[in-house]
Amino acid sequence: MHLPRVGIIAIGLILLWQVVVWITQVPPYILPAPQSVILALLGHVPELFYHAGITLFEIVAGLAIGTLFGAGSALLMMISRGIKHWLMPVLVISQAIPVFALAPLLVLWFGYGMASKIAMAVLIIFFPVTAAFYDGLRRTEPQLVELAQVMDAQPYAILLQIRMPAALPALASGLRVATAVAPIGAVVGEWVGSSAGLGFYMLHANARMQIDMMFAALALLTVMALILYFIIDAGLRRLVFWQSE
Amino acid sequence: MVGGDVIQADRPYIQQAFSKAPEIRIEQLAFGYTEPLLFEDFAFTIAAGQCTCLLGPSGCGKSTLLRIIAGSLTRGVSGRIQFAGHNRVRGRIAWMAQKDLLLPWLTVLDNVLLGARLRCTTGPDLRQRALELLESVGLGDHSQAFPASLSGGMRQRTALLRTLMEERPVILMDEPFSALDALTRLKLQNLAARLVKGSTVLLVTHDPWEALRLGHRIFIMKERPVRLSRVFIPPGTPPRPPDLEMITPMYAQLLAQLVEKGN
Repeated sequence: MHLPRVGIIAIGLILLWQVVVWITQVPPYILPAPQSVILALLGHVPELFYHAGITLFEIVAGLAIGTLFGAGSALLMMISRGIKHWLMPVLVISQAIPVFALAPLLVLWFGYGMASKIAMAVLIIFFPVTAAFYDGLRRTEPQLVELAQVMDAQPYAILLQIRMPAALPALASGLRVATAVAPIGAVVGEWVGSSAGLGFYMLHANARMQIDMMFAALALLTVMALILYFIIDAGLRRLVFWQSE
Repeated sequence: MVGGDVIQADRPYIQQAFSKAPEIRIEQLAFGYTEPLLFEDFAFTIAAGQCTCLLGPSGCGKSTLLRIIAGSLTRGVSGRIQFAGHNRVRGRIAWMAQKDLLLPWLTVLDNVLLGARLRCTTGPDLRQRALELLESVGLGDHSQAFPASLSGGMRQRTALLRTLMEERPVILMDEPFSALDALTRLKLQNLAARLVKGSTVLLVTHDPWEALRLGHRIFIMKERPVRLSRVFIPPGTPPRPPDLEMITPMYAQLLAQLVEKGN
């Protein structure tokens, strides 16, 4: 964890922001000063945290479901060549369609609630997780598999005890990417149609020219995404403890 | 011929496997992707209960032959491989490669028990045996360590024990010590010779000294199609000390043949 470094970078960016505001004398409805954003944040803690909680739930649920689907698809493709031949084109096509273009449809199908945002996050992380895990499963050292075969291991035992653990570092890379992009899915979903969440709050504040509030929501979203990333990264490091830096 | 009577007292459980150490007979073996084939009408008999060494330069087909015997390579292979008159390979072979192939997510003990774990047959007595074996090769204190914390020699010792825990009558070794430094290699060769005694061992190597130290019988491989030299039978029993004067002339002979075949 590089928390001190992250703190120094954050303070540096805030100072730079303050300097830009001082020098350019830009009006607060274009770029509010950091202190007014901090004041806005402190003044609306319960409200902001309510919306942040909803967005966080959407991100975490999206990550969990997307990881489950992604890892499951990778395993299915590994188990059966037939499934791989049918599932691979679906995966490629799903990536060809811009996920954001699907957001209105998802809202139409899953409603204004959290389900459509979770679906959006799932869609956006499904491919990186599937691709990373499948690649890891496929690229397991062939000699390890041969060794297991000479030991008379059944194919399921090879998958469970050799290929899956060997593919965990690759899955971890996929999950790191997923953690970084999942908030995008949730927030875009909220922009398209919702009644709660930080994305909704930002749009709402923007419409009422409360730019400091908008920045406060953005700052909270950033901090939340960073903390989530650090937690998941730390968890993954423990899980794949054997992988060197 | 069968070395079933030469059993180490500290490994009584391998006795049964050793007493059945079979002769391996290869006949009319053919394999290759391009002409001339790597193996064509290849015949070879591996003596029961002895260590047979195949010596040859890298890429001459030594590892391929091991993979064919182990059943890992079957596509495009024709011919007959019989274990004491039976075709059944399953459950008879243990394999040791140049790379230690230790699973980094398992402890040393679990790596030694890998075969049993994969077959879901681990139990307290197997664990006890594994621990005793680890103790006997000086790895007792490292049974709960992960491979990343071990030296190259310790890793290869663990791989050797994993091979032995399989209790198979046939052991195939693919340059198992070539990645080690000279001193560690010497120690491990002694250990391996002691522990695999009585099994039918096929060891492929590019190091004439290793073959002379460990082999009951030594052949030199010539490639495309693979042919074997006459058999070299070094004096004494493995593991022969490296300073054994009697093997020096044979070393020169082997080296001369290798150089000649290499050209």
